[in-house]
Amino acid sequence: MEISVKINGEEHRQEVEPRTLLVHFLRDQIGLTGTNIGCDTSSCGACTVHVNGESVKSCTMFAVQADGEEVLTIEGLASNGELHPMQEAFRQCHALQCGYCTPGMVMASVSLIQENPNPTEAEVREGLEGNLCRCTGYHNIVKAVMEVAK
Amino acid sequence: MIPAAFEYIRADSADAALAALAEHGDEAKLLAGGHSLIPLMRFRLARPEVIVDVGRVDDLKYINDAGDHLAIGALTRHSDVETSDLVKAEAPLLSAATSYVGDPQVRHRGTIGGSVAHGDPASDIPSVLLAFRATLIAQGPGGTREIPVDDFFQGFLETDLAPDEILTEIRLPKAAGAGWSFQKFNRRAQDWAIVGVSALVQNGTAGIGLVNMDSTPVRAAAAEAAVASGASPAEAAESAAIGCEPTSDLNASVEYRQHLARVLTRRALEEATA
Amino acid sequence: MSIMGTRVLRKEDPKFLTEGATYTADVRDPRLEGAAHVHFVRSTFAHAKITSIDISDAASMPGVLGICTADDIPEDVGTVPAAVPLFPPSMMNRPLLATGTARFVGEPVVAVVAETPTQAADAADMVFVDYEPLPVAIDIEDANADNNIIFDDVGTNTAVDFAMMGMATGIGEEDIFADCDVVVKQRIINHKTAPAPLEGRSVACVWEGEKLIIWLSSQAPHGFKGALPGVYEGIDCQVICPDVGGGFGQKIGGTPEELIMPHLSRVYNRPMRWTETRTENFIGIGHGRAQVQYATIGGSSDGEIQSYRLEVIGDSGAYCGLGAFLPFFTHIMAAGVYKIPKIETAAKSVVTNTAPVLAYRGAGRPEATAAIERAIDIFAAECGLSAVEVRRKNLIPADAFPYTTPHGTEYDSGAYETSLDKALEAADYQALLAEQAARRERGDRIQLGIGVSVYVEITGGPAPGGAEFARVHITPEGKAQIFSGAFSHGQSHATTFAMVAADQLGMSIDDIEVVQGDTDKVPEGTGTFASRSLQFGGSAVYDSSREVANQAREIAAKLLEADAEDVVLDTSTGAFHVQGTPAVSKSWADVAAAAANDGVTLQHEGSHNANCSYPFGAHVVVAEVDTETGEVTVPKIVTCDDSGTILNPNIIEGQRHGGIAQGIAQALTEEFVYDEDGNPVTSNFADYGFISAAELPSFTLVPLETPTPNNPLGAKGIGESGAIGSTPALQSAVVNALSHLGIRHIDIPLSPERVWSAISDS
Repeated sequence: MEISVKINGEEHRQEVEPRTLLVHFLRDQIGLTGTNIGCDTSSCGACTVHVNGESVKSCTMFAVQADGEEVLTIEGLASNGELHPMQEAFRQCHALQCGYCTPGMVMASVSLIQENPNPTEAEVREGLEGNLCRCTGYHNIVKAVMEVAK
Repeated sequence: MIPAAFEYIRADSADAALAALAEHGDEAKLLAGGHSLIPLMRFRLARPEVIVDVGRVDDLKYINDAGDHLAIGALTRHSDVETSDLVKAEAPLLSAATSYVGDPQVRHRGTIGGSVAHGDPASDIPSVLLAFRATLIAQGPGGTREIPVDDFFQGFLETDLAPDEILTEIRLPKAAGAGWSFQKFNRRAQDWAIVGVSALVQNGTAGIGLVNMDSTPVRAAAAEAAVASGASPAEAAESAAIGCEPTSDLNASVEYRQHLARVLTRRALEEATA
Repeated sequence: MSIMGTRVLRKEDPKFLTEGATYTADVRDPRLEGAAHVHFVRSTFAHAKITSIDISDAASMPGVLGICTADDIPEDVGTVPAAVPLFPPSMMNRPLLATGTARFVGEPVVAVVAETPTQAADAADMVFVDYEPLPVAIDIEDANADNNIIFDDVGTNTAVDFAMMGMATGIGEEDIFADCDVVVKQRIINHKTAPAPLEGRSVACVWEGEKLIIWLSSQAPHGFKGALPGVYEGIDCQVICPDVGGGFGQKIGGTPEELIMPHLSRVYNRPMRWTETRTENFIGIGHGRAQVQYATIGGSSDGEIQSYRLEVIGDSGAYCGLGAFLPFFTHIMAAGVYKIPKIETAAKSVVTNTAPVLAYRGAGRPEATAAIERAIDIFAAECGLSAVEVRRKNLIPADAFPYTTPHGTEYDSGAYETSLDKALEAADYQALLAEQAARRERGDRIQLGIGVSVYVEITGGPAPGGAEFARVHITPEGKAQIFSGAFSHGQSHATTFAMVAADQLGMSIDDIEVVQGDTDKVPEGTGTFASRSLQFGGSAVYDSSREVANQAREIAAKLLEADAEDVVLDTSTGAFHVQGTPAVSKSWADVAAAAANDGVTLQHEGSHNANCSYPFGAHVVVAEVDTETGEVTVPKIVTCDDSGTILNPNIIEGQRHGGIAQGIAQALTEEFVYDEDGNPVTSNFADYGFISAAELPSFTLVPLETPTPNNPLGAKGIGESGAIGSTPALQSAVVNALSHLGIRHIDIPLSPERVWSAISDS
């Protein structure tokens, strides 16, 4: 069926198979490969994007469910060449290594801070429970999110 | 993994969803937030021929003060339940338990009705409904009916809902002044509970719902009876696992689950009565 | 001021943070236009004869281009090249698709090729394989007993006995414990753990005439290029590794799914792609650790250790890859940080009907540390002494280096007691002891345990070390390009190797490009594993940078009309001038332009050979144990890890953080489990206890720098340290929390039920 999705501010009208997951739509049909796929159980959060301003796992949503909605991916987070404060904090805090979890981790962190602007460290850790990272031990990711919250 | 192919029907109203179910019967599955169904479909453990997407049935997204009870539309998202001031005031146990469901992303999509209708014994929310002695409202071709929560969960992933019915509303008796506690025991924050306990205590009676202690969400009936007869939390909790038939799995043996049910029920009752 | 040792931000990050890195599945090269997709049908039996494969329904599915079984693979396509040629041929020469017999659940049996991934998956559903189940060997010790044989032609499940190869000491005639007052023995499980990089395997390939171009997610592009001719004799190929989403040991060699891709691409005459799912990564490629150990330790009752014996049975999984070799590393590092007069080791590897065991962060060395550290704790308990004091009493002293263990391992440098002291101090050990005593006194439900481990490991090993390639090239604009045979898949070489060159060339790191991961651009290389990159690859960059600077001085001398011997390169400014007269100088741009003008290429390349190095450190982990439920939480982790000279503290700390988390995860939540029939039961992130931020505290890192004399940078490897010290420290902490109940050992992972059972049984 045909769907229309606003992605990073731009309207996209495309034909999709109903079983196409949102993450496959973004990667394979729109060509936005920043969003990664890390698992098949909604566990790892590598595919996290925002739908209507809130973090969701784009591997656990069909593209048809996003029809008429607004999607924001890592590619749309910086504006006018300026890194989003969360991107900048990740850079300053060395909160990424291989980079695979990073787009999802950043999008989840942005959503977390929007909903809880002054979290405790424990709240940040709980808030990122659905985003797995194998490289950083989370130490610098938590630090980056706390920096933004400051 | 990629799900098997299906026909997609978007229902704009409960009536439209019912019509689609009536037409396709057993071959159709309702899709709400999708966080129970889509993972199963990705492994092709579920291969519905027809998906009826009720995600846009806005009429079923609400949290209302209905006098003596809260009425929550089945398609209300976990995140909306979790942050609702009304829920925090009148049913803080539900608010607290919801904050433990999945992770933030899951709660942004998953719905209370989807979670309950899936009938998963490992799910947190059914235990809350048991503790509240909630009433569930189902709509079918013949109209609506009320289902007491104790009649709702019929077997493993089986509920009292007929194939042509949909869950529309969950009613929780108001419990603003009641003592409450939610205890979830798991290894990782995002995991399902190994065992969980919801407790609601008021006027000397307790509602105690258990997570993952049987093939369906179950009530700790013996412990509830003990509380009613004046037992202390510690005494009552000794009977928490009576009548339960939990399974043994990677995370816990039957014996350990029974032990956890007793320990967590005691903690829950202590906290609820503190 | 030198850039060395400073907190330079990564050059990789702006792209990774704004558009995402380019992983293999993201590659949109025009040569891959119209690629077909592969989906593997995998064995659902741990051990079975494949009696028939029915592809008729699948072959007629929409979009299907073809279906390949073992029978369809021509004879000129070989088997998986052996990682280490030490084992019986049938155990080692794994077929690309299961041939006649399937030996583990997840082994690829059929490759389905279709126009789209979805069509390939749909068709794979319609392939029907008939199996005739065979008896299985799943448990290591059961396999070792040869109750069921996996390779009939070998006649035993033992793949190698290292003592018989001279690669372990063996158990001698003389009883090394005869003179000991106190002797204790412990069976220790070091369970299967999944490397689980967030990016799984992914391949894209295309034939351009007779040349194969293959993109893949690997730690060692040149290693893969080296493996390909073992399958395709005489193959001409270019291996390109774009960004790689972590490896942790899992992506060192070529696996069957990767190695069959060139064949499929050739047969179906199409560019070909395959990207695995998480479940395939869990069940298909293999796991790390997987040893059963028997540690025997003896000494005097005042805590002096006299003798230590470590017997290891390593699980190879169904085929002998790198994992089958790893018990040898456990042997090498058996003595740990202790001066023990008598050491005996026995080590063997056995095959089981599970996925092949592979390297995982530490690969054989964490297992050695885990064994000796457990043994020390138990020995101290038997003696009634503090485990910290027993450690201190037996540590190899700082003035003993280089130190050779009785079984022949030569440690380069160390300050073991310093690391222990620093870690204990930072953890406020005395206060922790007081808190523990108070909780015991009160009979608190939540008891506190303090775990300590002191470790040493070998990096870049085994001895005598290894080599890595680098070329440093100056562009006509006066900028530098580094072509490295090491390959970053998260380790930050674009930043750190640029720093090494910047320091020697006096350039900004912004003017230095690091080229890696393309075998056509980088003529040779080894790859990144075993914590080897900086010490070998970085040293090669260092060597070639210095040589290029010398070449440039010659050109500069001409421009300055001076003798080359009198010209210096000021590495703080990148200016060439005559010694003593800095006012007149030539820049890299001047020199490069002059060189270009003269037709001179400013370039040097070479391999740096170095002996391996032996990083060490001490970890202090605090555990809280709920004595009612057995639940373990970890409020505090302090580590003092010494990896020699520190190049970039950010990167070093990041490596430590990641290692610590993985080590804690092994002790606490992560275990890859097979049931008794060989069915994997933790084959996704919902069931496998991959640790999250919510289960971990922030870490306290104490710096310590003891340079190695073995390379010009003084750098030891840091990639694996965190994972080596933290696992036994947490295990020790949990046992320590319960020691007043008489508990001396609990195997990892420390699941709540396991801990609760130990408490209940005490």
